[in-house]
Amino acid sequence: MTDVLLPDATGHFGPFGGRFIPEALVAALDELDAAYRAAKADPAFVAEFEAMLRDYAGAPSMLYEARRLSAQAGARILLKREDLLHTGAHKVRNVLGQALLTKRMGKRRVIAETGAGQHGVAAATAAAYLDLECVVYMGELDTERQALNVARMRMLGATVIPVANGSRTLKDALNEALRDWVASVDETHYLLGTAAGPHPFPELVRDFVGGIGREARAQSLEKLGGLPDAVAACVGGGSNAIGIFHAFVPDEGVRLYGFEAGGDGVKTGRTAASITAGSKGVLHGARTYVLQDADGQTLESHSISAGLDYPAVGPEHAWLHDTGRAVYEPVDDSEAMAAFQLLCRTEGIIPAIESAHALAGALRIIPALREELGREPVIVVNLSGRGDKDAHTAGEYFGIL
Amino acid sequence: MSISVAFEKARAEGRAVLVGCMPAGFPTVDGSIAAMKAMVEAGVDVIELEIPYSDPVMDGPVIQKASDIALANGVRVADTMRIVEAVAATGAPVVTMTYWNPIEQYGVDRFARDYAAAGGTGLITPDLIPDEAHDWLAASDAHALDRTFLVSPSSTDARLAMTVAHCRGFVYATALMGVTGAREQTSTAAPTLVARVRAVNPDLPVGVGLGVRDGAQAAEVGSFADGVIVGSALIRCVLDAPDEASGLTALRSLSAELAAGVRAVRR
Repeated sequence: MTDVLLPDATGHFGPFGGRFIPEALVAALDELDAAYRAAKADPAFVAEFEAMLRDYAGAPSMLYEARRLSAQAGARILLKREDLLHTGAHKVRNVLGQALLTKRMGKRRVIAETGAGQHGVAAATAAAYLDLECVVYMGELDTERQALNVARMRMLGATVIPVANGSRTLKDALNEALRDWVASVDETHYLLGTAAGPHPFPELVRDFVGGIGREARAQSLEKLGGLPDAVAACVGGGSNAIGIFHAFVPDEGVRLYGFEAGGDGVKTGRTAASITAGSKGVLHGARTYVLQDADGQTLESHSISAGLDYPAVGPEHAWLHDTGRAVYEPVDDSEAMAAFQLLCRTEGIIPAIESAHALAGALRIIPALREELGREPVIVVNLSGRGDKDAHTAGEYFGIL
Repeated sequence: MSISVAFEKARAEGRAVLVGCMPAGFPTVDGSIAAMKAMVEAGVDVIELEIPYSDPVMDGPVIQKASDIALANGVRVADTMRIVEAVAATGAPVVTMTYWNPIEQYGVDRFARDYAAAGGTGLITPDLIPDEAHDWLAASDAHALDRTFLVSPSSTDARLAMTVAHCRGFVYATALMGVTGAREQTSTAAPTLVARVRAVNPDLPVGVGLGVRDGAQAAEVGSFADGVIVGSALIRCVLDAPDEASGLTALRSLSAELAAGVRAVRR
């Protein structure tokens, strides 16, 4: 059974996680770890974080019973409405937590990497809110694909640096942000966007977004008088998924499903499903599942969803997969987009394409779950973000733009 | 061949060792062998062979670009063995700088065995700290390979002592809080860091990397370090050259200048 106290003191989830990083970063990570542990134990920090989430970000997000969708799907589906938080996604929880921690450490500058631009916008938001300088690294290709988010970040006062190395996408932005951090660590906090990377980031990010699951669990008990049969989330780096899973991990009766971006399909090789299509390796500071060739060179990932387009996954997901506590399956672009359209039409909710993967996966597991339970299953789906940012991609996909 | 032979020889001559870096397979496997032979002929004492990696977070744009070219031209980790053999045949020791994932995928013990058989001396591991190195500690012991971990100005005394205790062959002092790449000025933090390593272990040679690009800087670093490690400046000779011949000419010229630099100061 999974030990909920993981990671261990050196950041390992079984064989996963740890620190595969230059020595030059160890002192900074140790400083961060110590500051985080002190902050976590400080009621004033916890209270300030909770007040920010409540008064500024709009948490707790509601757990919404999607009745028309449920009727069509043959299951009772509840949506955790992270899309309604400030900035439009669960990520605001992580950035507020880390920005507050940055202030506590006496640092005045944050750097961040971003793929679709969502984390960059969230980081720029938190930096503006807490008066921190903010530099965002973004793959050049992504700055072209997500020009509006670049504009948003700049409006919020952040400096956006397009990265022209390698595939010019998220992983290259991450490399560049790490390089900046090695050179500027005294005054800079690296505001990592997902529950991945070297210890203590996977744990720290999980804890900052862990309110998703704690809220959803309490809301389920209140609304349903019990726990759901399953919890579903999309998995790129995996922060929204670990955020909703974590509180449910000890509840053995609650099935946990992580839906990876299948892209064109895992068999085509054009995929971002690191657990399904990848293998154990080391990338960006941690041992985890990685899309890689036989020589350990990272493969380019592909997904219609920029936020899931990442060739690795947070180490705790690797562990939850290996222990069998959570099940990970790929959802292809087309399946995700069908779910996207279904949610638009049945509930009047335009989801982020990322979140549409979670919904598509949930729809897929209903028949087997119904058979297993002998009744209509109750499924909580993490609607991790809203689809405003995807209007262009979806509009083109459906031929209406 | 152990790398300590090169350090002993240089010490007897009252100078620092010149370590020159080149990515394996850049621009091709044969091209990289020719480049490394030219460096040795022009006075480079030790070749630091870099295994190209898709995500070299510790390296600057020059090494990343060279690595990308090598990978695009199809270099494989297994090609490292042939390159090591060819360069070791010149008499210059070869040490290999590699990110950890390629070694883990090759198989740590299998790599150590093949690499030792090819004549390599050891590995420099920029993203592997001793804390995570159990498999490598065992494999390097089993196959009598050197282990070079990095120390940094930000390393605490306790970490520095722990890291140095796990090193064999030499210690790599990253002189700047930054990534690799030729810079205008070498770091003032470097002499302090070298002194801190010596205080822990006076017998283990210390190489200093990150920043050296000409003879004068090589002389400066050679005045306090046991090894002067030059990467980006040498790689740029090949990267910026219009053709292979002029690249080799530039490489010979800079190598000779750097070799004269480490000989310009008595230690």
